[in-house]
Amino acid sequence: MSQKILLTSKEVNIILHRLACQLIEKHLDFSDTILVGIQPRGTFLAERLKEILQNEYHVKEIALGYLDITFFRDDFRRTEKPLEANKTQINFLVENKKVIFIDDVLYTGRSIRSALTAIQSFGRPAEIELLVLIDRRFSRHLPIQPDYRGRQVDSINNEKVKVSWKEQEGEDVVYLVTN
Amino acid sequence: MSELSVNHLLGIKYINKQDIDLIFETADHFKEVINRPIKKVPSLRDITIANIFFENSTRTKLSFELAQKRLSADVISFSAAQSSVKKGETLIDTVNNILSMKVDMVVMRHSNPGAAYFLSQNVNASIVNAGDGAHEHPTQGLLDSFTIREKLGEVAGKKVVIVGDILHSRVALSNIYALQMQGAEVKVCGPKTLIPKYIESLGVTVEPNLRKALEWCDVANMLRVQNERMDVNYFPSTREYAQQYGVDKTLLDSLSKEIVIMHPGPINRGVEISSDVADSQQSVILNQVENGVAIRMAVIYLLASKIKQ
Repeated sequence: MSQKILLTSKEVNIILHRLACQLIEKHLDFSDTILVGIQPRGTFLAERLKEILQNEYHVKEIALGYLDITFFRDDFRRTEKPLEANKTQINFLVENKKVIFIDDVLYTGRSIRSALTAIQSFGRPAEIELLVLIDRRFSRHLPIQPDYRGRQVDSINNEKVKVSWKEQEGEDVVYLVTN
Repeated sequence: MSELSVNHLLGIKYINKQDIDLIFETADHFKEVINRPIKKVPSLRDITIANIFFENSTRTKLSFELAQKRLSADVISFSAAQSSVKKGETLIDTVNNILSMKVDMVVMRHSNPGAAYFLSQNVNASIVNAGDGAHEHPTQGLLDSFTIREKLGEVAGKKVVIVGDILHSRVALSNIYALQMQGAEVKVCGPKTLIPKYIESLGVTVEPNLRKALEWCDVANMLRVQNERMDVNYFPSTREYAQQYGVDKTLLDSLSKEIVIMHPGPINRGVEISSDVADSQQSVILNQVENGVAIRMAVIYLLASKIKQ
């Protein structure tokens, strides 16, 4: 197994600020917008973006929720590994709101497909957008594309993108891991 | 560790502490799901479940059915009273006929202890015991512990007294196994005629005096007197039973601490507990019912995940 660095801590920081600015450009004061971090790994990115939007761009109120898609996945009983659920925390209705799904890596698109179904349990959003830090190109199983992307990566199947966060692993860095 | 150690839920004595922890963690997620505006997930849309009830049930049957429907499983329900069992069909034949209609899981209540175990040995499906005679009622044992955990933070170290008809109660046995596995201390309390002779071999103590038992405990689980299983008179009169082993508000308020009151239902108001106790702040009876759906969703989900395609 070998790994190379795709994005350094400094690059991650620049990208996060760019993504925050793109969000402001579209959503202004976020009064009708809800950020939804996809469990388990999208929550770190969602929290970080909220922090940057509030502290550096002075957006006052930002609604943030976490969505777990385990019970909505299409591979229940089809994988050897049992599926483990995480906490869903959405303390508001998404009816007529603009929802932004936030995840670290977009690969096959199946997680996002599940999230699109899962979010319906909380109402009918006015629209849903997708923000990802890493978009793995040419690997989609479904017609799903991001609206905001940090970096597009060409990778082959035995390669994996690993995103580390300061809060969790001690450092913001993105690796390309080859098995 | 995210898989059950068993393929059936036949009783608490066949599972271990890790299984209970996993069921509770999963039930936490499902409890959140059933409090959403839309309370349904699509996980089990390719699973078919048969509910076979050879004994009467309201709460358990509804709770299982609701849990299955919330998981998007296909459900068929069957009561023995309207079936060919009346015409002399055996249990294995009945169930195998149902299974040949491509059913993956069977939830069964039966009046014979060991019926669920027997079925698990003889048919090819995942079996959930919804009560077998006076033996076990595992999902009730789980949801009672789950409710204690929710109310008091944890089960370990808590003192629980089970009051009433222990002799005929499957709820009592499943509760004793589940509570002890999680590190709680268990006493039983009731008329001597309704306490099984060798109950102490399970590691529980017997306290014949209700007041002393309530002073000792953190949680009192009040069981129903199962008149339908009594072939002889086990106590002189219902009135005398209520006086000696019934909890009313006066008794509850006279205790030195606030205890939690549980009841697996159906309640005989005025016998084992009075109405004002059943409806009081200390009672978690309706929480038990709500948690029952979450626990049954967790059990069915975890067992279904072990059914290979």
